[in-house]
Amino acid sequence: MSTKHDAAGYWAANLKLLGKLLAVWLLVSYGFGIWFVDLLNEVSIGGIKLGFFFAQQGAIYVFVALIFIYVRQMNKLDRQFGVDEE
Amino acid sequence: MDLQTWIYIAVGGTFALYMGIAIWSRAGSTKEFYVAGGGVHPVANGMATAADWMSAASFISMAGLIAFLGYNASPYLMGWTGGYVLLALLLAPYLRKFGKFTVPEFIGDRFYSRPARLVAVLCLIVASITYVIGQMKGVGVAFGRFLEVDFETGVLIGMGIVFFYAVLGGMKGITYTQIAQYCVLIFAYTVPAIFISLQLTGNPLPQLGLGSTLSDGSGMYLLEKLDQIVTELGFAPYTEPAGSKLNLTLLTATLMVGTAGLPHVIIRFFTVPKVSDARRSAGWALVFIAILYTTAPAVGAMARMNLMDTVQIGEVGSAEGNLLHEQRPEWMKTWEKTGLLAYEDKNGDGRIQYYNEANPEFAAQAQAFGWAGNEMVTVDRDIMVLANPEIAKLPNWVIALVAAGGLAAALSTAAGLLLAISSAISHDLLKSTFMPSISEKGELMAGRIAMAGAILVAGYLGMNPPGFAAQVVALAFGLAASSIFPALMMGIFSKRVNNVGALCGMLAGLGSTLLYIAAYKGFFFIPGTNLLPNSPEAWLLGIQPESFGAIGAAINFAVAWSVSRVTAEPPPEIQALVEDVRVPRGAGLAQGH
Repeated sequence: MSTKHDAAGYWAANLKLLGKLLAVWLLVSYGFGIWFVDLLNEVSIGGIKLGFFFAQQGAIYVFVALIFIYVRQMNKLDRQFGVDEE
Repeated sequence: MDLQTWIYIAVGGTFALYMGIAIWSRAGSTKEFYVAGGGVHPVANGMATAADWMSAASFISMAGLIAFLGYNASPYLMGWTGGYVLLALLLAPYLRKFGKFTVPEFIGDRFYSRPARLVAVLCLIVASITYVIGQMKGVGVAFGRFLEVDFETGVLIGMGIVFFYAVLGGMKGITYTQIAQYCVLIFAYTVPAIFISLQLTGNPLPQLGLGSTLSDGSGMYLLEKLDQIVTELGFAPYTEPAGSKLNLTLLTATLMVGTAGLPHVIIRFFTVPKVSDARRSAGWALVFIAILYTTAPAVGAMARMNLMDTVQIGEVGSAEGNLLHEQRPEWMKTWEKTGLLAYEDKNGDGRIQYYNEANPEFAAQAQAFGWAGNEMVTVDRDIMVLANPEIAKLPNWVIALVAAGGLAAALSTAAGLLLAISSAISHDLLKSTFMPSISEKGELMAGRIAMAGAILVAGYLGMNPPGFAAQVVALAFGLAASSIFPALMMGIFSKRVNNVGALCGMLAGLGSTLLYIAAYKGFFFIPGTNLLPNSPEAWLLGIQPESFGAIGAAINFAVAWSVSRVTAEPPPEIQALVEDVRVPRGAGLAQGH
């Protein structure tokens, strides 16, 4: 079993990772998709306005990527702090 | 072969498949009945979760909603997918580590409070029942439209199928049928979308077709042309936001937080072997969901384009610009028969004028054209997906596939919800509250009886829907967002929130949300009992009732935190429990009961 100190370090590292990932989550959906949509709509990629793209396509792709980044980083943390499952 | 034969083959074949899976995967223990034995592969669970999540509404109604709201339907797309990020990062791995069978069980144990557990059970049952009514209606409508049987008969057939595999197999039977149902529904959704995208833009991928130029030789982009034609007819531009940003934000937040707090989704993550599998499984679930959710905006835009193009054949305002009703295509005739599409020749010219008559700025121009009002008096949004194969002139077997896909979407969600309800009744109410001495065999039997009872209630309510059935989004997501999600999150991320705090928080979140919804929509949704008119001018800060769940959640957090500050901190064994759920090691052991 891990020591108390390890558990605290593991939790702090986890929270730090969550903070970063959720910041991106917030930016692509609420930020690009809603708050700054008019600004982003000034630019088009292909035939889609950028703000519209994030609201209906882009944010979803980023969500998928975020979860898999989380999975990879957490597996790393689990091993690093010795709390992974056998 | 004619269409009806194809439909019998597609629907009959898929139903036989579900029955076969049911017989193969009977549940022999409560662990199999509640969590499929806890050994489901994470990718398989991801697929089952996707089918569990994507309901009749996602399959049939969402693209239609996007077609008519354009950009302003985005909160549904972002909310119903972004919730999985919250679920994966904030709840699923920890609840899997906790390793019990139901969502109220975690709340009851972590907050060492039976009232808290009962409040959670109540929220779960109300949210799930309202949600399941919609699925049963979806089954009845799909049967009625494609198999030409009565609505009631359709609901009964659907009940029979779910009864067979859910009562027999519990979570185990449901999991494997959901995997089959996902394959059916995603195939049925993407095949017509690919063909429509090819016809309109020449690009086989609908997601890319959305940003491509039209293949009609105009050289214009699809969305550019769509914006042009809808604005010329007085509608709001397709790609531009309308309404308040605050409301869009809160609606998105409510749908995200509600998604992460819906018990029938959460319990799917109790079925995987390890904590790391729960994380991975959430990722796969979102991949499988995203395939449909990124296709839907393309289907919506292309269906709207096809509809406008069909009716508005030439320049807006010119006499020959509108299609003669005589010359309307076959699919319009088919759907006119169902009443979902209706035409009324208001100015008597025999042509179809379809425009936004509710736009005062456009009224004078319409009059100058000699138009006497919008003549497409009914355009049901659901047609956008259901008529797609006919509009694209696809062969009969594709139409049959869409029928089977719609049924798969409705049945898979119904089964997941019914399991959440029956396990709350047999495990949280019976085993833990009223009959603690019940044997495992007795509890398994009780689970099956509760499931059978839930199916009967759901079927009855599906046939006799109460007035509030249509308000399912506001109610189910409001409840899950304002009560269940915050309690779960605080249970994991705070060691300080205690029994009193959690209970007060849940009641405050729940109470404020229900009150806000009731104030505008009526108490128990009875028309006329609302205190304020349900219109944007009357909404507090322009917040529509559907968007309030996020504020309810914030109230829940604030109350729970403040009350916990001034009351005793949780006992040491509870703090140890929180520390234990935070680390993955030992999850295999925790699965025991």
